[in-house]
Amino acid sequence: MTPATLFIVLLTLCGFAYYVGRRRAVAVAGDASQIINLHSRPTYYGAIVALWCGIPALILFVLWLAFESSIITQIVISDLPENIRSQTAAELNLFVNQIRNIVIGNIVSGKITPAMQAAADHYHSLQATSKAALAVVVISMAMLGLLVVRTKISPTLRARNAVEKVILYILIACSTIAIFTTIGIVLSVLYEAIRFFKVIPITEFLFGLQWSPQMAIRADQVGSSGAFGAVPVFLGTALISAIAMLVAVPIGLMSAIYLSEYANKKFRAIAKPLIEILAGIPTVVYGFFAALTVAPFIRETGGVLGLDVSSESALAAGLVMGIMIIPFVSSLSDDFINAVPQSLRDGAYSLGATRSETIKQVVLPAALPGIVGGVLLAVSRAIGETMIVVMAAGLAAKLTLNPLETVTTVTVQIVTLLVGDQEFDSPKTLAAFALGLLLFVVTLILNVIALYVVRKYREQYE
Amino acid sequence: MNNPEIKSNNNKKRPERTLDIVNRGLARRYQAEKRFRFYGLMAIVASLLFLSFLFISITGNGYGAFQQTYIQLNVFFDPDHLQQDSLATADYQGLVKKSLRAMFPEVKSRRDKRMLYGLVSKGASFQLRALALKNPGIIGQTQSFWVPADDDVDMLIKGHSSRKVPEDERRLKDKQLAWIDQLSAAGNIKKKFNKTFFTGGDSREPELAGIWGAVVGSFLTLVVTLILSFPIGVAAAVYLEEFAPKNRWTDLIEVNINNLAAVPSIVFGLLGLAVFLNFFGLPRSAPLVGGLVLALMTLPVIIIASRSALKSVPPSIREAALGIGASKMQMVAHHVLPLALPGMLTGTIIGMARALGETAPLLMIGMVAFIVDIPGGFTDPATALPVQIFLWADSPERAFVERTSAAILALLAFLITMNAAAVILRKKFEKRW
Repeated sequence: MTPATLFIVLLTLCGFAYYVGRRRAVAVAGDASQIINLHSRPTYYGAIVALWCGIPALILFVLWLAFESSIITQIVISDLPENIRSQTAAELNLFVNQIRNIVIGNIVSGKITPAMQAAADHYHSLQATSKAALAVVVISMAMLGLLVVRTKISPTLRARNAVEKVILYILIACSTIAIFTTIGIVLSVLYEAIRFFKVIPITEFLFGLQWSPQMAIRADQVGSSGAFGAVPVFLGTALISAIAMLVAVPIGLMSAIYLSEYANKKFRAIAKPLIEILAGIPTVVYGFFAALTVAPFIRETGGVLGLDVSSESALAAGLVMGIMIIPFVSSLSDDFINAVPQSLRDGAYSLGATRSETIKQVVLPAALPGIVGGVLLAVSRAIGETMIVVMAAGLAAKLTLNPLETVTTVTVQIVTLLVGDQEFDSPKTLAAFALGLLLFVVTLILNVIALYVVRKYREQYE
Repeated sequence: MNNPEIKSNNNKKRPERTLDIVNRGLARRYQAEKRFRFYGLMAIVASLLFLSFLFISITGNGYGAFQQTYIQLNVFFDPDHLQQDSLATADYQGLVKKSLRAMFPEVKSRRDKRMLYGLVSKGASFQLRALALKNPGIIGQTQSFWVPADDDVDMLIKGHSSRKVPEDERRLKDKQLAWIDQLSAAGNIKKKFNKTFFTGGDSREPELAGIWGAVVGSFLTLVVTLILSFPIGVAAAVYLEEFAPKNRWTDLIEVNINNLAAVPSIVFGLLGLAVFLNFFGLPRSAPLVGGLVLALMTLPVIIIASRSALKSVPPSIREAALGIGASKMQMVAHHVLPLALPGMLTGTIIGMARALGETAPLLMIGMVAFIVDIPGGFTDPATALPVQIFLWADSPERAFVERTSAAILALLAFLITMNAAAVILRKKFEKRW
């Protein structure tokens, strides 16, 4: 029985358990007119039987699937002949992969030795046993739950309270997933990053001026010694984000001011959703647009002006990223400008200020904390933006502030280091996790500050 | 009110009043006002210009891919070539070559022949094979077919590559151009609707590449995302909004959710790579893993939207339900949830639209592989529509530029449909209490 069919069987069993529980409750009460004697309505008795039938079996099912493959692998490895087991970890790993490939029926590279075939057969039989055992154990557990709870049904059983309690626990469990996700991110990135810092000292990573993550495969290879000084990568990220913010903040802020202070209702109803379309366009589309249209345009314009512009200039990527962020800045600023009480504006008007003076000297200073928070969120988004820079910015890590040259960013490096086949013990792939850790920490700090500012500001006028 | 300084001048001049000072500056201030207003308008115009420029550039590049150049061939299904028992492996390429030679008998030298064969796509032989397998009775007959032309021919017919370029810089040589002219004079070459683009999987040959495989991959991924993130998101929102006590623990959850909504998507990709692939050993490139990662990513969006939907249900409804003896759980399940559901669904659709356009985390978990087959299940290797766009954007052939733009148009069409559905849903069910 495949896991999918087993799952469906389990669900059917739960449905059956619900039906059984309901009928039993009615039977215990006497007949349908007597259900008033029950503590809860019959559906709750059905639900409690179904829950006891389904949940323990489901938990076991998930745990079994999660650990099945690693346990089987351990058993197979421990039964391997001595000479194979004494290999290095990497060779053993390769061997196990070969075995798995044989089991699945993939094409195996190299010759299949008898030992390998024997191990694969062993693996296969263990897998079959495990599958059968899983089906038997899960179904009997479900049946057990069903039968035990069914016998417990009586008019005094507080079924509704029990069911509601279970549901409440499920709700709590769902709400903690956000915390587990954060912990998962931190642990997974941190673990690999620490392995990286064991090879490359953290000071070299943070303050080194050269980045060329290609490692030599053989010792005698030239020119690929691997240098992991991330300063050029940070600088490139900062440069592109700065260009993006130079585009997004003035345009976004000014359009928010116009929409909330000057525009009439009709104009606002048309222009606001149109600008927000910009936020809904996938970043891969922006990346394609930047690489295909904007970058050649900038290079040609630069050529006319006598400037030497790289075809993957920071300017093109930053410009398009700025366009992407405009609606983000504009809708957040719009919220905060609207939150400024009308009484402040009326006060300024009554002193004889013009509209623009009111905006510049009263509304904007009042909304400033919120706008700053919004801009910080936008910066964090610019730093973490991936597809535009992967498609439009370059790979060469240059230590430059010239927007017409090629620079690279943290996200570009993560993608190039991790896409394709990887070995998980070379500093090259681990470097991606170190960069990821840094990216996470920086955006986390920006987000926390921004969210704090925004939240505090919202309370101020509420 | 007179200025005291002027007053001390013993009324020699007419005293200047504040109003005069104000009046003097008025023209300048109105000017500034006008300028400021103009800047605001310009900002909006600029963003709308960017938007229209983007759409025009993508549409202009992409609409051509909905058509494809086809060449008509008269193919004789030679019984000597095609034995009944080996129909699947017969040399269909040979048949195509033979009929091309029959059309241009004057072509003799080896090099010229190879150039002639280059006019027709490699997909032509697959087309013949499929036909022969389906209908073996065709063997021994001559039939005329429209087969896809090579992408270079396609680009020439569509006017994307120029004939004026010197011959050695051109993909198509002078002789090939002459043959193409001969074909089009005879009406044997023409543009037709490009069905392959909507039904095919990925291919290295632009004329055979389609988006269907990627669309199916995206669909499977989104199904996993929806199944996981909608119930969990709604449950979390219900707990936080209706049941949770105000304490440090729920504060922590709240900060976490708000923060996760702003974490870069690529970091979720790293999480998927380290946890789902390396720790749990789930298959690479599978929609299942893609769906898991995207579910974690959209969860905060759905939770935040669901909470605001729950907040907008007035307290009187809750009090009425509690007042007639409902338990808290019954109050939520029977009264609050149904009223908040449209708002939750709107938020979910918007979250799904975001997930559909997401590329970076999928790159991390290996959904960038070159996959020709249409995925059939949640653990088959697959790719997604935005990733397909990314892959095609990297391809050097000119014809892929057109196809990339067309794939973008398809993606945007899906997104617009989803967002329109969300807007309609909101309009229809929005209630002002």
